[in-house]
Amino acid sequence: MATEAVESLELRDPTAEIMDIQMGPSHPATHGTIKFNLKLDGEEILECDVEVGYLHRGFEKMIEQGTWTQAIPYTDRLNYASPLINNVGFILAVEKLCGVEVPPRCRYIRVMLSEVSRITDHLTCLGMGATELGAMTVGFLMNEARELLWDIVEAVTGARVTVSYTRIGGVTRDLPPDFEARIGNAFDHLRAILDDCDKLLTRNRIFYDRMSGIGLLSREDAISYGLTGPLLRAAGVAYDVRKAHPYSGYDEFDFEVPVGEKGDNYDRFLVRFNEIGQSLRIIEQALKNLPDGPVRIDDARFVLPDKHEVYNSIEGLMNHFKLIMEGAKVPAGEVYQAVEGANGELGFYVVSDGSGRPYRCRVRPPCFLGMGALGQMLRGHMIADIIPTFGMINMIGGECDR
Amino acid sequence: MGMSSDAATPAGGDAPPANPIGELIERVRAIAGNLAVATTSDRGEATIVILREGALGFFRKIRSEPGLDFDMLVDLTAVDYFGREPRFEVVYHFLSLATNHRLRVKVGVPENDARVHSLVEIWKSANWMEREVWDFFGIRFDGHPDLRRILMYEEFKGHPLRKDYPFDKRQPLTEERDPIVQDWKF
Repeated sequence: MATEAVESLELRDPTAEIMDIQMGPSHPATHGTIKFNLKLDGEEILECDVEVGYLHRGFEKMIEQGTWTQAIPYTDRLNYASPLINNVGFILAVEKLCGVEVPPRCRYIRVMLSEVSRITDHLTCLGMGATELGAMTVGFLMNEARELLWDIVEAVTGARVTVSYTRIGGVTRDLPPDFEARIGNAFDHLRAILDDCDKLLTRNRIFYDRMSGIGLLSREDAISYGLTGPLLRAAGVAYDVRKAHPYSGYDEFDFEVPVGEKGDNYDRFLVRFNEIGQSLRIIEQALKNLPDGPVRIDDARFVLPDKHEVYNSIEGLMNHFKLIMEGAKVPAGEVYQAVEGANGELGFYVVSDGSGRPYRCRVRPPCFLGMGALGQMLRGHMIADIIPTFGMINMIGGECDR
Repeated sequence: MGMSSDAATPAGGDAPPANPIGELIERVRAIAGNLAVATTSDRGEATIVILREGALGFFRKIRSEPGLDFDMLVDLTAVDYFGREPRFEVVYHFLSLATNHRLRVKVGVPENDARVHSLVEIWKSANWMEREVWDFFGIRFDGHPDLRRILMYEEFKGHPLRKDYPFDKRQPLTEERDPIVQDWKF
């Protein structure tokens, strides 16, 4: 059997042959479990079929089993590089169904923490992407920067990644008293690190050659593939949910939307890198104008009563019991709420039948659609180009596979 | 590399002023004609329910009609209204980058003939999302170039997001596949 195979190989001209290779599901250079079924002519990719789903945990099915509030921890586990944006997106959809409006301080807190999450997500994407191309220093620097922000997230929410910070009509707790000082310290350090990374990467010959002109996708294709976020903006379309369909008071902030020209990996890198600077701007504006007041609404239909009420009055106890056991009764209807996730438009389509449990909750995962376009981005490129192209899509398994 | 501080009109030209939702619904209803079953405007969102037969022509028109120009199929999913007729609803969310409008289109699909026409020829994003709906709901998309399961594995029995699929049901482990034999096609 073995000799037979060797003999037949000797007779064939290996360069004239189309080779089938399966790359993955566990490949050391892809951060994420994913399989590429490749048809190769030498090192050139003729066809690339992308197989996802290795991290599927039945997110949408499990959400239908519990109450609305019990769904919030599941949303942490979607895009775990930016869990707060998922929390905010889901809860905005539920609040739209309920028809409640949160206090201004709560809106500002949500905006600030969404932007902190956007930065951690971009740092993850760029740091890992650079490491995979050999720029390991940048990877370590960006991880260091990410730690600074996760310390802040931990001080606010009590957890680094599994935050579950939002609730219907508000957030779980107010900011810590030293929040502003923490942000100030972290941002000074962060800006210095970003400066270093800029010097190390942006005009780096090797990095530029590996990124520029690779993974091209035209503007028309990007729109047709449903790409959003940095992938779409790199192709020259200035679509940002925060500007086009403002939510949570984003229209009160002054920020710009970085746009690329060519739609290649280098543009995607620049868009993400510049977005970090814009997010810093938004957080600083929000801190400057942060209103005082409560961080959740006062509405017994949706918000748990204070512990003092629960232990000292029968109404408070009953209210608490009903909200925990039956769940908040979200009015029947259906809404689609989009937020600008770090990877693009993160949408929640939720259907309520008026009971305490979600009837259906669909997540529109931005990187799932990005992965759908990956086959076309890679066609005609070399096998080594898979790594930066895949890296710039920033597939997060939890969100893509749900 | 540029910066845009006014992303509300991304087309880079003279985007028409944002019409109120009522106007949008009127236009869409006129295009749908006899296909329209119902239209609603709820919580600032425009929805139209249309019949399955002939829906493809409607989708082509909202893609190309000037002033509507729904160039992005943002989301495609389904809902299982178990016990109701028709049992399934396929739900499409569209976005027009030129006018900044959103539109939800719903198509009812009966259980005994669970199929709709694929939209891959109009929007490429439909490819993976239709595969997902087939995977989770068992709704077939006629004319889809490659209707395989996407998040579940090929040996999986049933369609897990149907309401009559128990959430804690277990399925047996599958045999290891021969890595040389190609059971996928391009």
